[in-house]
Amino acid sequence: MQLFPCPFCGLRDEREFSFAGEAGKARPSATRDVSDADWANYLHMQRNEKGPVREVWCHLPCQEYFVMERNSVTMEVLGTTTLRKDPS
Amino acid sequence: MTGSRAQSGGLIDRSQPLSFQFDGRSYSGFAGDTLASALLANGVRVMGRSFKYHRPRGVWGAWFDDPNAIFNVRLGDNELPNCPATMTPLQEGMQARAVNAWPSAERDLKGGLDLFSRWLGAGFYYKTFMWPDWHLFEPTIRRMAGLGHLDPNEIPDYVADQTHDRCDLLVVGGGAAGLAAARTAAEAGQDVVLVDDHPELGGGLFRRGLRVEGQEPGDWIAEQEQAIRVAGGRILTSTTGFGVFDHNLVGLIESRGFSVAPRLWRMRADRIILATGALDRPVTFADNDRPGVMSVEAATEYLARYGVLVGRRIAVLSNNSFAEPAAARLRNAGAEVTLLDASTGAAQALGGKRLSGVNLAGQQHDCDTMLVSGGLTPVVHLWRHAGGKLDWRDDLGAFVPGKPPAGMAAIGAANGCFDLEDALAEARTSAQGAPAAPGNGQYSFSPLWPEPGAKGRQWIDFQHDVTLKDVEQAARENYVSVEHLKRYTTLGMASDQGKTSNMAGLAAMAAIRGKPIPEVGTTTFRPPFVPVPIELYRGQNRGQLRVPLKRLRLEAAHRAAGAALGEYGGWLRPGWYGNKPAREALHDECLMVRNAAGIIDASPLGKIEVMGPDAEAFVNFIYYNTISTLKPGAIRYGFMLTESGIVYDDGVIARLGPDRFVISCSSSHVDGVNAMLEAWRQDGNDPDRIFVHDTTANWPTVTVTGPKARDIVGALGMDIDLSPDAFPHMTFREATIQGAPARVARVSFTGDVSYEISVPVAQVDTLWHAAVEAGKPLGAGPVGLEALSVLRAEKGYLIIGKDTDGEVMPHDLGFGVPRHKKTAEFIGNRSLHSEVANDPDRRQLVGLRVPDGAGALPTGAHIVEDRDGRKVSIGIVTSSYDSPSLGHPIALALLQHGQDRQGKAVTVWHLGQSSTAQVTSPCFFDPEGKRMHA
Repeated sequence: MQLFPCPFCGLRDEREFSFAGEAGKARPSATRDVSDADWANYLHMQRNEKGPVREVWCHLPCQEYFVMERNSVTMEVLGTTTLRKDPS
Repeated sequence: MTGSRAQSGGLIDRSQPLSFQFDGRSYSGFAGDTLASALLANGVRVMGRSFKYHRPRGVWGAWFDDPNAIFNVRLGDNELPNCPATMTPLQEGMQARAVNAWPSAERDLKGGLDLFSRWLGAGFYYKTFMWPDWHLFEPTIRRMAGLGHLDPNEIPDYVADQTHDRCDLLVVGGGAAGLAAARTAAEAGQDVVLVDDHPELGGGLFRRGLRVEGQEPGDWIAEQEQAIRVAGGRILTSTTGFGVFDHNLVGLIESRGFSVAPRLWRMRADRIILATGALDRPVTFADNDRPGVMSVEAATEYLARYGVLVGRRIAVLSNNSFAEPAAARLRNAGAEVTLLDASTGAAQALGGKRLSGVNLAGQQHDCDTMLVSGGLTPVVHLWRHAGGKLDWRDDLGAFVPGKPPAGMAAIGAANGCFDLEDALAEARTSAQGAPAAPGNGQYSFSPLWPEPGAKGRQWIDFQHDVTLKDVEQAARENYVSVEHLKRYTTLGMASDQGKTSNMAGLAAMAAIRGKPIPEVGTTTFRPPFVPVPIELYRGQNRGQLRVPLKRLRLEAAHRAAGAALGEYGGWLRPGWYGNKPAREALHDECLMVRNAAGIIDASPLGKIEVMGPDAEAFVNFIYYNTISTLKPGAIRYGFMLTESGIVYDDGVIARLGPDRFVISCSSSHVDGVNAMLEAWRQDGNDPDRIFVHDTTANWPTVTVTGPKARDIVGALGMDIDLSPDAFPHMTFREATIQGAPARVARVSFTGDVSYEISVPVAQVDTLWHAAVEAGKPLGAGPVGLEALSVLRAEKGYLIIGKDTDGEVMPHDLGFGVPRHKKTAEFIGNRSLHSEVANDPDRRQLVGLRVPDGAGALPTGAHIVEDRDGRKVSIGIVTSSYDSPSLGHPIALALLQHGQDRQGKAVTVWHLGQSSTAQVTSPCFFDPEGKRMHA
């Protein structure tokens, strides 16, 4: 069982977190114009990389979504960044 | 009699005799015995039968490495299967029975199976029972196989404690090295936890009988234990580290006595030191499975811990320097011991159930017991769980810990350091966090591996009956990878998980292939290290403690009104009211709504507020329907879709103001909708311009529905005009009732005039009682969820997840307009124009009517069509009821070409019975909607 750092709540048990998807996946805008293949790619295709990965996770008790970088082989957590844009 | 109790010695309490039974015969032992040690002391040798051939077996080991003596044990009213005899502490009155043997291990009726062993080699079942179908044979074969018998009675209060804890340093193993490491770290101020699986600390010190740093073992152990406790260290005995999981989480199982559920410790340690020791491994020779052949280590353990001398005339076949001191201790205890030279040639055990001797290189040696050791194997299971590497050491003939995983170190025998002085030095260095190189000490070893082609039946895996010939056969059939070898022959797959068999198996494969052992490699080590009951993982994580029911504020009022409460979408809600049969209550409540009015506790109905400058654009994106055109005070019905275009939830959305909406999602779906809103809000939008707040619990709801609803609501003293023109259907008003705020929505889930009144939670009791009182003179009263399900089906209103499944899109439900007309982007948009979405054969929502006099269709029945003489399903009945309002059964269904089939007859098939029904509109009641708008 892993320990994940929530940007708000700190280190918490992995059972409090929910995986929300791979990070950096942009939803195509004006989707009507997107081809079947590109839309299917957006919906279903995952990079599923071995090694360092960037993923969006949600800490369920506080409902914060954030980007977590971790190593999918060693399970080492490399860091987290908030999804929130810089307030400036 | 072979084994016997020594005159003195051992850790047992000779003042406390205990009586017990094994296979129906009575014996006695002492407190501190295990079942195995007590049986050995009584001269019992045959303690089990092998899994496949039912060969007689005695104990090989004295602790977790014994694959043979597995018992069903009964104590009082409780019986547990598959107890290892070597690890089960003896208690007064225990009744033990060897598994896989009947009537007893000594005289097993299936013992004759061994005569057919020639035909039962590796892969026998796979190859023999292929035709015509394995499943024909499986039940019989399964009955013949298997170990213990499960008592169908549940043991009361058998609930595992589960504890979460952390420490700076966890030391696994309380032998010399573990004690030294724990003491050093604890005295350096570390928060230390030391665990050992035996009831007492000391590990291998007892059997080796050496003085430690000038002290007797018992004195030295007591001193270390005292020092650790004084320094603040914690010690858990009878506790086994059974697995290492991600981020240095160690699973510990603490035994708490027979038929008491064990305790699970989830221990998170900054550092872990493994001092788990090493095991004697078997020597592969002909008939090496005879009762009376056991490990050198086991014999000295039985003597040192339990005061049991395992035999009178003992022959020792070993390849290492630990044999001689062991032989000396057994001689001291009164045995006649002969040391055999393993290098002189091939060995064969003689005799049947009673060992009579050993033939070594053609020379016979009489003995009643054979002690063997093929060398020491460090216990590296936890090391491998954590991802640590293994190195092969030729001088030890063993895999030892290599490159360590983060935060873990191995010391002592577990690290291949078999010398006591070296191990203590290594432990103290390691406890201070420094890497320690194990010394070689006095241990010497000469290789003694299986020899392919050797004569006789040479056992590799005792528990699963895998012989050297099976390994040779697997190699011939190209199962040469150790992982394939394991699956094909079942080598190492028994409950001991290869603790005795793995090394022999892979050494045999290495020899067959002519490769060095490290090139053949090991199989994967997986948790749990010892078998653990499934209960350990469950604990209190069950029932209401796992998924608590959501409770209504008005529960007491419902109970007082005689409500039958049941679980609906995670909430405990009234199904119906009154002390009458469900069917009758349902009928009466439906008619009450249609003729007067019903009062329903609709509090679980979702009330998620969406606020902020970007709220309008946000809900317009979330919903399939256009929401941006909704005026303040108005309500719209709509769907939320997934990105795949599947209907995820339905419900109404009310607009309170320019930048404020209330989403009224399905009662059972609030958490999911809220999570989806948060995901889109935070990942893709500016979370400072949209705010999502679930107020479901803050605003409980009382719904008044029926032709007399307006009269009842009118009597509540609200400060708003209820007339149909001032407050029409699908509008929303903020009001006050006796000074308290109320949110009133005119939406209907029944097809009759409805008011959904939500008030702050403290006000709802007053509101409920006022509504019920106002309804009484009008013939209205409380209505439960069962009647509501019927009333909504009469109108063809959906329950998402019941009338829809994971393939249904909005245009299947008759809501096709936004798909073509909505210009703004929304979730699932693109998927509504895929090949699948445009498929003309999609199922569509319809109603079904049965012929006059026929009963209601079964929910879940298939609508079938005959194609080339075969029934093909073209749809499914999703909801079906007897309708009290209409006086006949009604049903909703998803049906291919449903719209084109309107008015046509279809065949409905269920569990072999066919009937007919006519396709209709899904709306059976008041299709013009006059009653709803009244």
